[in-house]
Amino acid sequence: MGKIEWAMWANEQALAAGLIYATGGIVGVAGQFRGWQFACFGIAAGVFVCLLEYPRSKRGKGTSVERTGQYCFTVCVKAFGPLTRNYYIRAFLHATLCVPGGFMLATVLGCVCLGIASLIYLTAAIHGEHWEPILPRREPPKRVGDSIKEPPQNPPPRPPPELRRKKADKLEAAAYDNPMSVTVSE
Amino acid sequence: MGNFAANEGLSIFVILVWLGINVFLFVYFYLAFLIERYYYTRVILGHALSWARAPAACLNFNCMLILLPVCRNLLSFLRGSIQYCSRTAARQLDRNLTFHKLVAYMIAFHTAIHIIAHLFNFERFMDSQLMINSSYLPYVLSQMGNNDNRSYLNPIRTNETNPTIVMFTTIAGLTGVVITLALILIITSSMEVIRRSYFEVFWFTHHLFILFFIGLVLHGVGRIVRGQTLESVKVHNPDECHSQFETWGKNGTNCPEPVFAGNPPMTWKWVVGPMILYVCERLVRFYRSQQKVVITKVVMHPSKTLELQMKKKGFKMEVGQYVFIQCPSISQLEWHPFTLTSAPEEDHLSVHIRIVGDWTQALYTACGGDKTVVMDAWTLPKVAVDGPFGTASEDVFRYEVVMLVGAGIGVTPFASVLKSVWYKHVQENKNVFTKKIYFYWLCPETQAFEWFADLLQSLERQMMEKDISDFLSYNIYLTRWKDAEAAHFRVQYEAEDDPITGLKQKTLYGKPNWDNEFSAIATQHPGSKVGVFLCGPMALATALGKQCISHTESGTEFIFNKENF
Repeated sequence: MGKIEWAMWANEQALAAGLIYATGGIVGVAGQFRGWQFACFGIAAGVFVCLLEYPRSKRGKGTSVERTGQYCFTVCVKAFGPLTRNYYIRAFLHATLCVPGGFMLATVLGCVCLGIASLIYLTAAIHGEHWEPILPRREPPKRVGDSIKEPPQNPPPRPPPELRRKKADKLEAAAYDNPMSVTVSE
Repeated sequence: MGNFAANEGLSIFVILVWLGINVFLFVYFYLAFLIERYYYTRVILGHALSWARAPAACLNFNCMLILLPVCRNLLSFLRGSIQYCSRTAARQLDRNLTFHKLVAYMIAFHTAIHIIAHLFNFERFMDSQLMINSSYLPYVLSQMGNNDNRSYLNPIRTNETNPTIVMFTTIAGLTGVVITLALILIITSSMEVIRRSYFEVFWFTHHLFILFFIGLVLHGVGRIVRGQTLESVKVHNPDECHSQFETWGKNGTNCPEPVFAGNPPMTWKWVVGPMILYVCERLVRFYRSQQKVVITKVVMHPSKTLELQMKKKGFKMEVGQYVFIQCPSISQLEWHPFTLTSAPEEDHLSVHIRIVGDWTQALYTACGGDKTVVMDAWTLPKVAVDGPFGTASEDVFRYEVVMLVGAGIGVTPFASVLKSVWYKHVQENKNVFTKKIYFYWLCPETQAFEWFADLLQSLERQMMEKDISDFLSYNIYLTRWKDAEAAHFRVQYEAEDDPITGLKQKTLYGKPNWDNEFSAIATQHPGSKVGVFLCGPMALATALGKQCISHTESGTEFIFNKENF
C-alpha cells in the first residue's frame, strides 16, 4: 500500500463507464427509442473509451498487473504519444464524450459514470500522474566470462551422503576436495 | 478424486440454494405481473413490466443478504455456537467475504436487467402520451386520472416532457440514479487491484452503501408501479372491457372507468432486519473500541517488522485469531486487521506488523521506532483494539495430525499456534488431542526469519529438554537467494546449526515438493484426519487444495483450511 495513484481508480471507472455507455446505446438503438442517434454515438463512444482504457498504465510504485491480452492495445495507445500519456487531455476527452449521452435516457447513466471518471482523471493529472505503457522487459543477454565458452548445465557429481558427512578435521579421509578452504572453527 | 465433498460440499450446497431462491423469485414475480390487475399496464408496457419487477424482487432478496456476511461480530458469535455441532458448518462462515462478493455480483447483474427493462418502460410510457389519438388505447389509458391526479395509470402525466426529465423529477427515478451510481462507484473501487493497493480508497468509497440503502428504501415510495385497484377489477373486467374503451363510463355500458393505484413500497420489509443487525454490529465494534488498551512493549525486528505487546482488560482470544487495530492519532477512521501472534496462555496480546504503507509507517514513528532513546509508557500512542475474530486456525487442535503452511508474513497466525501448543504441552500438561505438527515455512528472504526464528529456537531447545522433539517437525524453505549467499550456504554445509536460522533443522532451498510431503504424511498417519492450514497466496492455496483432494484416499483425509485478509 502506498500513496494512492488516482489514475488506477479512474481507469477502472472509465472502463466500466465505457461498457455502460455502450450497453445503453445498444438498448437505445435496438429498441429504436426517440433520440436513437445519441444512442449510436453512445455505442461508438463507449467502445472507443473501452479500447482506450483497456491497457493498464504502469504503476509509479509497485508491481503493475496487466489485463489479459492488453499488449496489442498498449502498442496502439502508445502510438499516440503525448495525447494518451497526458491525463489532462484524457480528462477533457472523457468530459466531451460524455455530454451527448445526457440527451437520451438510455445513455444518461454512461454519461454520468464517464463524467465521474473524467473528474478522477483530472485529480490524477493534478497529482502529476501520467500514462506509462507496460512493455515486456527484454532480458540483457547473460554475460559469461571470456574463458568460459559454455557454462556447465548440471551440478558437479557428489559422493553419496555417508561419505559426504565428513567433519572438517578429517579432511584427508574425505572423498572430495572442498572448493574453498574449510577451517575447523567457523 | 478424493474427498471433494468433504472440502467443498457445503459451499456448493449453499450456493445452489441461493441460486435456486433467486431463480424462484425471478419466475414468481415475473408471473405475478401477468395477472388481470396489470392488464392495462401491460397494454402500454408489454412484458417489459415483468422484466423490471422480477429482478426487483431478486434485488430485494440480495440486498437483504449482502449486509449479513460483513457483520463479523455476529458471525464470530455464530461460529462459536455452531462449532460444537459441526466443524464443517463453522468453517463455512470463514467464506463470508466470498459470499459477499457473489451477492454483490448478483446485485449488479439484476440492476442491469432492471435498468434495461425500465428504459423500455419509460420509452413506452412516453410513446403513449405522445400518440395523441383517442382511438389508441394506450393514449386513452394515459389520460385517465387527469382530474384528481391520483387514479392515473401512466406516471408520465404530460406530453411536454421527455424520459430524462421524468427520471430526474420522480422519486423512483432520482433514487434509482443515485443508488446505481453508488453501486458503480463501490464496484469499481472494490476491484482487486484497487483493493490490494489502496485499501483506504476501497474502504471509504464502500461507505457509499449507506446512501445505497437509503435510496433503496425510498425507491418505491412514489408508488410508480401502477395497476387496477381490486375494487375496480370487480366492476370492470379488463378481459371483457378492453375493446370497448371508447365507451367506458358512458351511459348504457357495464364498463365503468377503471381506477388505478400504485403498489406500496416493499423493499423496506426485506432490508430492515439486516440494516438493524448491521447497525448493532457497528455499535458493538464502537463499544469494543472504546475499551482501554495499553501498549506494554514495542520491539523493532529486522526486515521492517514491528512487534506491539498490549494489554486489554477482559481480552480473551483463541489461537490464530485476528484483531482490528486503530490509532486515533494517525487516523480516526482507519481500522487495520492484524493476526495475533501471542498465545491465549500469555498475559498480553501481541501483533507483528510489517511496515509497508502510510498507516504502518506512521505507527512505527509514533511508537518511537526511529528513536534510539527509551520511550516512556505514557508517550506511546493510544490504540483501540476490536476483536478477536475467529479464523480457521482455531480448529488446529481439533485434528490429530496437523500441517501448517505459512508463506512469508503468512506465518504469523502459526506463531500463536506454536506458542500455545508449547504452553499446553509443558506448563499445564493437559492431554492434547493434537499428536503431531508438520510445519512448513516458505520465505523469500533470509532476514524475514529473524523474529520467528527466535521463537523456533526457544521451542526447539525446550523440546529437546523435555525429550519430545518429534512432536513438532518443521521445514523452512528459502525460495529465493542471491549467488553470494549461496556460496556461504555451500561452505556452511557441514555446520551443525543452520547458517541462516541457527536451528538444528536445516533450511531447505527452493520450493517444497508437495506431492512427496503429502504422500509421506499419508503413509505415516493412515486412517487419520489431517488438518491442512495455509496462510499465504492464492497460487499456493490452489496447489495445496488440489493436493488435499488428490491425496485423500481410504483412511487418510486431508481437510484444507485457508485464511487470508
